Amino acid sequence: MTALRVPRTARSVGWHVLCLCGVAVVLYPLAWLAFASVKPPDEILSRLALLPSRFVFDGYSKGWEGAAGVGFGRFFLNSFLVAGLSVVANVLSCSLAAFAFARLRFRFRGALFAFMITTLMLPYHVTLIPQYVIFQQAGLVNTFVPLILPKLLATEAFFVFLIVQFMRGIPRELDEAATIDGCSVYRTFWHVVLPLSKPALVTTSIFTFIWTWNDFFTQMVYLNDTEKFTVPLGLRLFVDTSSQSDFGAMFAMSALALVPIVLFFLAFQRLLVEGVSTSGLKG
Amino acid sequence: MTTLRTPAPPRPAEPRAPRRGYRRKSQPEAFGFLTPWLLGAVALTVGPMVVSLYLAFTDYDMFTTPHWVGFGNFTHMFTDDDRYLRSVEVTLIYVLVSVPVKLAVSLGVALLLNTRRGTNGFYRAAFYAPSLLGASVAAALVWRALFTGGGPVNEVLAGFGWHTPSWVDDPNFSLASIVLLGVWQFGAPMVIFLAGLKQVPAELHEAAAIDGAGAFRRFRHITLPLLSPVIFFNLVMEAIHAFQAFTPAFVIGGGRGGPADADLFYTLYLFEVGFQDFRMGYASAMAWVLLVVIAIVTAIVFRTAKLWVFYEDRP
Repeated sequence: MTALRVPRTARSVGWHVLCLCGVAVVLYPLAWLAFASVKPPDEILSRLALLPSRFVFDGYSKGWEGAAGVGFGRFFLNSFLVAGLSVVANVLSCSLAAFAFARLRFRFRGALFAFMITTLMLPYHVTLIPQYVIFQQAGLVNTFVPLILPKLLATEAFFVFLIVQFMRGIPRELDEAATIDGCSVYRTFWHVVLPLSKPALVTTSIFTFIWTWNDFFTQMVYLNDTEKFTVPLGLRLFVDTSSQSDFGAMFAMSALALVPIVLFFLAFQRLLVEGVSTSGLKG
Repeated sequence: MTTLRTPAPPRPAEPRAPRRGYRRKSQPEAFGFLTPWLLGAVALTVGPMVVSLYLAFTDYDMFTTPHWVGFGNFTHMFTDDDRYLRSVEVTLIYVLVSVPVKLAVSLGVALLLNTRRGTNGFYRAAFYAPSLLGASVAAALVWRALFTGGGPVNEVLAGFGWHTPSWVDDPNFSLASIVLLGVWQFGAPMVIFLAGLKQVPAELHEAAAIDGAGAFRRFRHITLPLLSPVIFFNLVMEAIHAFQAFTPAFVIGGGRGGPADADLFYTLYLFEVGFQDFRMGYASAMAWVLLVVIAIVTAIVFRTAKLWVFYEDRP
């Protein structure tokens, strides 16, 4: 018995060691960032060791001052505003469209659904320039509208698809019963199907938040005033810096920029991972 | 009682009739639900696509009216514009290297985690985390520091006796560091692989093991064929995304394409042409070439799928 046991435990230990080594490599950059943000500036690039010789929080105070008279707090506020409104807009518009595709009958339903799936593969750049011209003509460049309006119009087909897939799994008998009891289609949607779709709506919310929070391209295209800058644009100001004194501030703000995502991840990791594996979402 | 239950006259149409009517007739409410999506599809997708196709054949600077140039933008692109060709080369290298490496790593880690021990929830989450964080400017800034001259990566490599230049400043190494940043985000395809591996029936493995098949042969002849639809899906999605990579190239290349344009990704050059030089017609033409290339690559993958993707229900 014991002769058989030992190799099995050894294999198990070996497996854990292998996994932990992998995790260490994969998470090293994040740990490095966390410690770099509290290192004295001259140690940031020159030392492999994670732990600083002494803890310095100058980077945080200096970084928080921001740039061009606009504090980094403002950038965070803007990012939260854009991401928060995007979440509300996306959940609302995508669940409306998804309900129609999953439950209602209308002409060209198949064709429209196929079209929606096709837009999943469409590179954003094909619509970028005319969209920019539209928003420019409407005087909306340098506002948050171009960042949020597309979400209010359910242009993120990923989420429509995700919610459609989920709603198809909800037993039809439930909304048929509601219809027989005299519920209108709207009330069936609001009181029966929507509450039951909560897991899909939560997944949509989290991914919308994280993707909007990380989004750099669109925000760079549409926002020009430092006042309107979001966190990625605030960090962008560091891209050209090479002076060592700015490194502390750069990494302190980078670390802060990742905090909301890390918190979301810790709170919802099971839901996130399941969202990816069932719908094939890109993380 | 039973005598009262006379057999009902056959009414075969009745139970189906309302349903058929229900199916045939559009529900007017449907368009209420669809309105936001339809507006978006027309005003922000189809409309702009048509306009952008038109602009692709013009010179347009946003301030004066577009000036028709026929195929001028496209011929200029492929015959006269060295930076454009450079961006095509950089992007193709990135796609051809980062996608297979990322898929191999994600499949490898998924195989490692796919055991019957119950503890892989923690590892799965830890390996997945960079997928969410890696696309940010913050992660790219970290990457730039890790791969810089005296940075941690070079220090580790020096420990093995390999002396490498500052990756981000060297034309030969810069793109490699961006590829590694892409590979680092292997978590999403890994999670999808794990879900696929759960579907591979254990009995097949047991039967093959009894017949004397080793781990590698079982992987090659059982796991791989059953997983091929998932590999196919991941391949298509990752390739489409890799063609459109932007943030890492922008940040690591210092916003201008890096040393000797080594990081001049397609989307980066498109951004430069469209939003810094305001050559919107040329940028639109570039966007359409990108669309066509992605469509062709996807079509090729779909075509070859017959040869290597195995569906259980379609032998």
